[in-house]
Amino acid sequence: MAKVRIPTPLQKLAENQAELEVSGTSVKEVLANLEAKYPGFQERLYDDKGQLRRFINFYVNEEDIRFADGEATILKEDDELSIVPAIAGG
Amino acid sequence: MSFVKGLQCRECKHGYEVAPIHVCEFCFGPLEVVYDYEAISKVLTKEKILSRPPNMWRYQELMPLDQEPTVGREVGYTPLIRADRLAKVLGVKELYIKNDAVNYPTLSFKDRVVSVAISKAKEFGFKTVGCASTGNLANSVAANAASAGLESFIFIPHDLEQGKVLGTLVFKTNLIGIKGNYDEVNRLCSEIAAKYQWAFVNINIRPFYAEGSKAMAYEIVEQLGWKTPQHIISPMAGGSLITKLWKAFKEMETLGLIKKNTARVYGAQATGCSPITTAVKKGSELFEPQRPNTICKSLAIGNPADGFYAARVMRDSGGWGEDVSDEEIIEAMKLLASTEGIFAETAGGVTLGVAKKLIEQGRLPKDESIVLCITGNGLKTQEVLLGKCGEPQIIEAKIRQFDELYEKMGA
Repeated sequence: MAKVRIPTPLQKLAENQAELEVSGTSVKEVLANLEAKYPGFQERLYDDKGQLRRFINFYVNEEDIRFADGEATILKEDDELSIVPAIAGG
Repeated sequence: MSFVKGLQCRECKHGYEVAPIHVCEFCFGPLEVVYDYEAISKVLTKEKILSRPPNMWRYQELMPLDQEPTVGREVGYTPLIRADRLAKVLGVKELYIKNDAVNYPTLSFKDRVVSVAISKAKEFGFKTVGCASTGNLANSVAANAASAGLESFIFIPHDLEQGKVLGTLVFKTNLIGIKGNYDEVNRLCSEIAAKYQWAFVNINIRPFYAEGSKAMAYEIVEQLGWKTPQHIISPMAGGSLITKLWKAFKEMETLGLIKKNTARVYGAQATGCSPITTAVKKGSELFEPQRPNTICKSLAIGNPADGFYAARVMRDSGGWGEDVSDEEIIEAMKLLASTEGIFAETAGGVTLGVAKKLIEQGRLPKDESIVLCITGNGLKTQEVLLGKCGEPQIIEAKIRQFDELYEKMGA
């Protein structure tokens, strides 16, 4: 099980929880299982072309997945996946 | 009196009431302030602007406050210098420097955005403000929070320049150095902002904060005699400033304050942190994040929030993006100082270094007006020049020693 940290705008979809335990061995799989458990995540996290949205960043244990293998990035037991809005700072 | 109609998602156009929020809850796009330009055009005339005190609030109808500003009333209206000596070295005819290195009170363009952000935070009723910063923003938030009597929490990468660290601490803020780069500081602050009910100027107050940058462009247009420069070069970290310069030029056209916006906008980065210019040069819509490695710490944002929009501004305006090495940055800092007497920080070296490169490439024509945006002061980033500008000649207080020295120097 991976820990998934949910950003405020999406917490409504998950009974107002900020952190969830979700099974899966890659980012893609965890996000698919998240959708199965709490429907609605998929359309908020992916654009209509099926790509992860441009304005959301995903981090596995604080590392941007674009520096790893993107959606294919492996998640081990107890790894943390953070979903963070990209528009901040500067 | 406010001319703000509300907030709107830049991507999906979903509308929101004015509130301390910064991303669209449907698509995560950035929220932007929407104004009633028709109403503004009826009250904001050139005569009215010229009758007001020389600070950025000459343009207050185009700032997202409901009341008079309460923070940073003296910010802005920095000099626009005709830089003929530098122009001669570069081989161009008409060159100007917009010098925000002497902005009030903390010597960078960030004083503009912070005065808007903290005035707005006070309107919202916040008692604590915060930011994620590469240094200049930290200085400005700490100073302006102190003068407003607000508590502040400021987050920076732990290894910033001494001048920027001390120039924050002196204002008696809560300064937290994060073991990591700015992008890590930024991610952490997004999580802190979601948990603590503070006004993070560049997170939940960001739509209002970012509007403050527009004033730099309004002033340039006014100082040029109510016209846009033909070419303008802006440094890029998160990419917000360059997008707001462009927005401001377009607003002035909409309001009839200028006939036509004919500016071409160019973005400058350090090669060691160049996600936006790399995307522009590749002709790519999306940028790849980078791990910054440059002496120009104030621009060291590897995952720029407005990178996508910054690249689009350069494309739409007919401009371009370019980057320079650390050596070129230092050479440019020295060139600016020795020709125009302006000591800019490393970001100023990036801007001038890129201008020089673009002129050499033929991308910047030699006989058209060019404005360089200098956004921060060199006194804050002195370490990079240590040992690179020579040493003072030390002698005893004896006229003979000076005579000998003078003779030697002349030889």
